[in-house]
Amino acid sequence: MRAPLLRLEGLTKAYPGVIANDDVSFEIGEGQMHALLGENGAGKSTLVKMIYGLVKPDKGQMTLRGEPFAPTQPSDARRKGVAMVFQHFSLFDALDVAENVALGMENPPPLRDLARRICDVSEEYGLPLDPARWVGELSAGERQRVEIVRCLLQDPKLLIMDEPTSVLTPQEVDILFLTLRKLSAEGTAILYISHKLEEIRALCDEATILRGGRKIATCDPRENSARDLAELMVGQILTPPERPARPKGDIVLEVDNLSLASNNPFGTSLKNVSLTLRKGEVLGIAGVAGNGQDELLVMLSGELLAPSAQVKLKGKPVGHLGPNGRRAQGLVAAPEERLGHAAAPDMSLTENALLSASRRKGLATQGFINWPKTETFARDIIARFDVRTPGPHILARALSGGNLQKFVIGREIELDPDVIIVNQPTWGVDAAAAATIRQALLDLAGKGAGVLVISQDLDELLEISDSFAALNEGRLTDIRPAKGLSVEDIGLMMGGAGDMHVAHEASA
Amino acid sequence: MILGSINPAVLMAALMVAATPILLAAIGELVVEKSGVLNLGVEGMMIMGACVGFIVAVNSGSPFIGFIGAALGGMALSLLFALLTQALMTNQVASGLALTLFGLGLTALLGQKYVGITPPRTPKLDLGVLSDIPFLGRAVFSHDIVVYLTIALVGAVWWFLKYSRAGMILRAVGENHDAAHGLGYHVKRVRVLAIMFGGACAGLGGAYLSLIRVPQWTEGMTVGAGWIALALVVFASWRPWRAMAGAYLFGGVVVLQLNLQAAGVRIPVEYLSMSPYLITIAVLVVISSGKARGSLNAPGSLNRPFHASS
Repeated sequence: MRAPLLRLEGLTKAYPGVIANDDVSFEIGEGQMHALLGENGAGKSTLVKMIYGLVKPDKGQMTLRGEPFAPTQPSDARRKGVAMVFQHFSLFDALDVAENVALGMENPPPLRDLARRICDVSEEYGLPLDPARWVGELSAGERQRVEIVRCLLQDPKLLIMDEPTSVLTPQEVDILFLTLRKLSAEGTAILYISHKLEEIRALCDEATILRGGRKIATCDPRENSARDLAELMVGQILTPPERPARPKGDIVLEVDNLSLASNNPFGTSLKNVSLTLRKGEVLGIAGVAGNGQDELLVMLSGELLAPSAQVKLKGKPVGHLGPNGRRAQGLVAAPEERLGHAAAPDMSLTENALLSASRRKGLATQGFINWPKTETFARDIIARFDVRTPGPHILARALSGGNLQKFVIGREIELDPDVIIVNQPTWGVDAAAAATIRQALLDLAGKGAGVLVISQDLDELLEISDSFAALNEGRLTDIRPAKGLSVEDIGLMMGGAGDMHVAHEASA
Repeated sequence: MILGSINPAVLMAALMVAATPILLAAIGELVVEKSGVLNLGVEGMMIMGACVGFIVAVNSGSPFIGFIGAALGGMALSLLFALLTQALMTNQVASGLALTLFGLGLTALLGQKYVGITPPRTPKLDLGVLSDIPFLGRAVFSHDIVVYLTIALVGAVWWFLKYSRAGMILRAVGENHDAAHGLGYHVKRVRVLAIMFGGACAGLGGAYLSLIRVPQWTEGMTVGAGWIALALVVFASWRPWRAMAGAYLFGGVVVLQLNLQAAGVRIPVEYLSMSPYLITIAVLVVISSGKARGSLNAPGSLNRPFHASS
């Protein structure tokens, strides 16, 4: 048994309406790799925010190396040796790498010395970084390195990592694990938050599982199967979605060698993208965030116009048509960003239903909105897709992520499209809702629609797709049948580990 | 040649004087916007400074104390803005516009008894031999101390934003307030301090008008200088030295307009009065269409309200 580093006793935190953490206790040993497992909304984030001093617990106490530990702000926690890598990076686009690192340190050295130390640390741990680069220009993997290096420069005793692998390719994940094992061997404890079970089984010595804000169990993840852990985490047995066998039909969507500049200054332009999608086919598109997923979606949905002949829907050129024109012809899309892109946050569900469905459902005639019909439509979506909400009059922003996602995807599926494009359909959605959404997409394909799923969740793509491609710096790989692809194949399609690979070989 | 009647040294000297008030207000607003707050009340804070500075200078007999009063006056008005937008979470644009209107009204009331009075004179700084240099002596080295202090302030703000840790935190707060909060920085505290600095600078700019440039108090005497300062911040793409160049350019336009009128050139004055705004619009178009670094220099959280989620 290792000497305990951090002990949590009876931590409780309640927000109006929810208890985020209810009497959570566990211990992290010196140099231990401790996993914190749980679904979205299980209270993982609140718990680590308490350890990092961002949230004050209502009840309970923490001890760090035998001494009471009650950080009132992050700088307290940092001074005592707790560092954190955030899930949504806490970085500043318009500042350079060195400045970003300095902002996360208590007593940063002058920037010139800091730049040298960044180079030293990044070399030692195989995390190449150029301190003078702008963070806005970095890829997601590189941004994570900035966060990690920022933590390492402070010689932390405990490193908290919040879902660190969600933005990495499988090869980058391997390299991250090497870094983490090295740190652990040197005596740094790691609190590793994730809901990816295989990862945790590969990496951690101990796992604490949270569900609904309570601690369910602390166990050794290597002695339990992923299935056992999943059941502990979800609390119910999940059935994988059914996939009715279906014959491949005619081509419904075709993109021909299209290059398109991004509409976002930090975006990725599409380069020579070609794809075909058939009736009844589910095409999965993988890729690390920021490799052109958003651009692919807006190009297909019609938000970004293309030369008309290069995008064909059922053989007809539609590249010049905007979203409404394409929707009228049977192509619908659900973008990644639920609030603000897929749905207008301050409008009710009824109004949001109207926004995309008015044309195909005939909800407006001669410029006048048929409110009763629109509300019935919104109620149908809510009932069919099990959206948990008091009613269609509720504002979109008031729904939880999973419920809003069910509504947004349901709204498009109800339009009875020939082609549906979705980006990250189950991102930040709990397992039960994710299963509903995947099943709905598969059912739609079963009815003969072409389904294109862009996702960063490889398990999801392998579960539902018939064919598979990956985006890498705006280029789409050839489409391959999903059956028989290994995770390594997919990793290579996603671009492997890039320069990190080389760095680790060099340091080995 | 009509333009021959304009003496370049005098023109240059007048330009520096004309540029000083808008540069003062602009450098303050630049810091405010770098912290992620858009305060459209610059005009109101300037006129407040002009009025309070004038009243204090007349009553105390010292222009120096007048300037201090002006800075405090501008700051007081900016604190009202800080209270509204940072504590009560009101909309920044609407609050800023209201601040301008409120400032114009309040000063019209406060300054009623001071119309037509001459304030105590601010002495020109004696730079000895420097003022005897031909041309430069007349153009650059024969001003009051405020002109030079303003240039020093631009340098100080540049250094602060670029090299100091506090400046880096201020930029971080303006760039991504959620991330800054996550790292444990006090977003609101930084912003309130920035707003107060902006208010003090605008007040000083206003007092420069009423105590040195004009020098007199009349209602609404800033006539749009605050708006030019706001335009200037965008024109400069939030860079201090560029703001100074812009202030001298806009100041030059104002001076040229007067000189051209005096020289009898038949260009309607209105064209020149419009030009700072037209130039700013042109710069905005160039900035937003280009993918150059300039387009990325606008603070990421500008004009976005900050709610701490935890």
